[in-house]
Amino acid sequence: MRPVRRLHTIRSVTMTDIAAPPKPPRRIPWDSLAVLPFVIFAVMFLFLPTFSLIGGAFTDRAGNFTFENIAGLFTDQILAAYWISIRISGASAILGALIGLAITLAIIRGKLPQGLRSAVMTFSGVASNFAGVPLAFAFIATLGRLGLVTIIIRTLFDFDIYRQGGFNLFSFWGLTLTYLYFQIPLMVLTIAPAIDGLKKEWNEAAQTLGANTWQFWRYIGFPILWPSVLGTLSLLFANAFGAIATAWALTGSNLNIVTVLLYNQIRGDALQNPGLGAALALGMIVITSLANVIYLVVAARAERWMK
Amino acid sequence: MKSQKFWAWLIFVLGAAYFIIPLAATFEFSLRMRRGEYSFDAYASVFADPYFASSFAYSVIVGLFTIVVGILVVVPAVYFVRLRMPWLRPFMEFVTLLPLVIPALVLVYGYIRLYGSSSFIPFTGSVLGTDILLTCAYVTLALPYMYRAVDNGMRTIDIGTLTEAAQIAGANQLQIIGQIILPNILVAILSGAFLTFAIVIGEFTIASLLNRPAFGPYLVGIGTNRAYEPAALAIISFIITWGAMGMINVLGRFAPRTSARTD
Repeated sequence: MRPVRRLHTIRSVTMTDIAAPPKPPRRIPWDSLAVLPFVIFAVMFLFLPTFSLIGGAFTDRAGNFTFENIAGLFTDQILAAYWISIRISGASAILGALIGLAITLAIIRGKLPQGLRSAVMTFSGVASNFAGVPLAFAFIATLGRLGLVTIIIRTLFDFDIYRQGGFNLFSFWGLTLTYLYFQIPLMVLTIAPAIDGLKKEWNEAAQTLGANTWQFWRYIGFPILWPSVLGTLSLLFANAFGAIATAWALTGSNLNIVTVLLYNQIRGDALQNPGLGAALALGMIVITSLANVIYLVVAARAERWMK
Repeated sequence: MKSQKFWAWLIFVLGAAYFIIPLAATFEFSLRMRRGEYSFDAYASVFADPYFASSFAYSVIVGLFTIVVGILVVVPAVYFVRLRMPWLRPFMEFVTLLPLVIPALVLVYGYIRLYGSSSFIPFTGSVLGTDILLTCAYVTLALPYMYRAVDNGMRTIDIGTLTEAAQIAGANQLQIIGQIILPNILVAILSGAFLTFAIVIGEFTIASLLNRPAFGPYLVGIGTNRAYEPAALAIISFIITWGAMGMINVLGRFAPRTSARTD
């Protein structure tokens, strides 16, 4: 502010000698106008709907402020739904991250033929998007009661994975196994750049100093990869936690996961309380945000440590 | 070192088995409709179903609108934020990450509450309004991917110099974006577009909750009523996804690699 004012006083002093320069024509602020659609979009389709749900979660039928909806979440049915969703998302995220990491390490640093790498990356792009209803169909055709693998195991080993193995595609492990089909490729795609970033020189330097492979990974490789792994983990968790199409097509409303519960609530007010539905949705946002906050905190720490 | 290679192969083969067996099994299952022999009867039955064609066409059209609206929303914003308002970048990164954090199911619940027939913008009050809301919902879903594709595209070209050169030559802002920037990042935009298409084409949650006759809800309906057609549809969907991703790979080879300034 100050330099401008000083300029002004100087100018007022010399006003009599020099004519003031003509004001430049006022320009239309195109820059901000061009960003406006994006901002409006974000407000209308991301911020407002979220705020509406938060508001709804704390409002009773008459429109008064209440904590009753939040308290209403603590029933056996709803808590069980959250818990099984968290377990499936956690299991599929952790397994997906571990297996995805192993596959990526194998294709990038395992001295496999070059062609395999691009083939795996291309396939991962496809498989990570091959989710939803068709994925459920594919697993029913594979591991359903009449699925090919179920039948092959029964004929070859005389072992019924459903009757004797206690397996059920429409259960916790069935759904986790199905989710891995898009979780593993997502891990491969997001972690590959980080593994590419591990320089060969570090490996050589560690070897020169007498480190073995285990020590290299324990003290160099893994600490560098850790933030990326954790970041992807929270992405995978949110990815599975919000998924419904696969579960819906696989199990209908048999499996009491939180997305199926919320879906039924939106469809036909299954909980018979709109406020409770909003609270259910708010709970989902809180859980996925928490996963991301944990990631941000640990990533910040890891970065500080790396400096 | 030998053992390292062995483990790498073992992991690769196990992984490949997990990913290929379901596809093979689904394909085999889809051929079993005729008793005692393999046939493409299930595919014939799918293609003969008028609802297949109509729901697929509906999803394709919504997908195309989603791509156009997505480009209109993202491209100018990314361009001006990169060029003149870098302080807005963290905001854009945050916004484009939100759809990955907030589940689609939660978002659509918010839309239904907010834009119901008695609200201030009653999107769901009419068929056209619901279609518009569905398109906007899909743009939101695809926002993270479209944003990253366009942002990566703009990183590889020198938008500062291009803009100055165009301004000196007398171009206005609209011409700069439409005739200079857009053609230069076309490959990036197209890969974002194909990714958007792959996401939209089989989407179930939002379409079914907004009661629109899209491909996703049609798939679920078939899944509950038929035995072999779902397997055939899964294979068809996989081929469509493969096609969209394959296009992105092919396009990647045409991407401009002339980067003058690094930022």
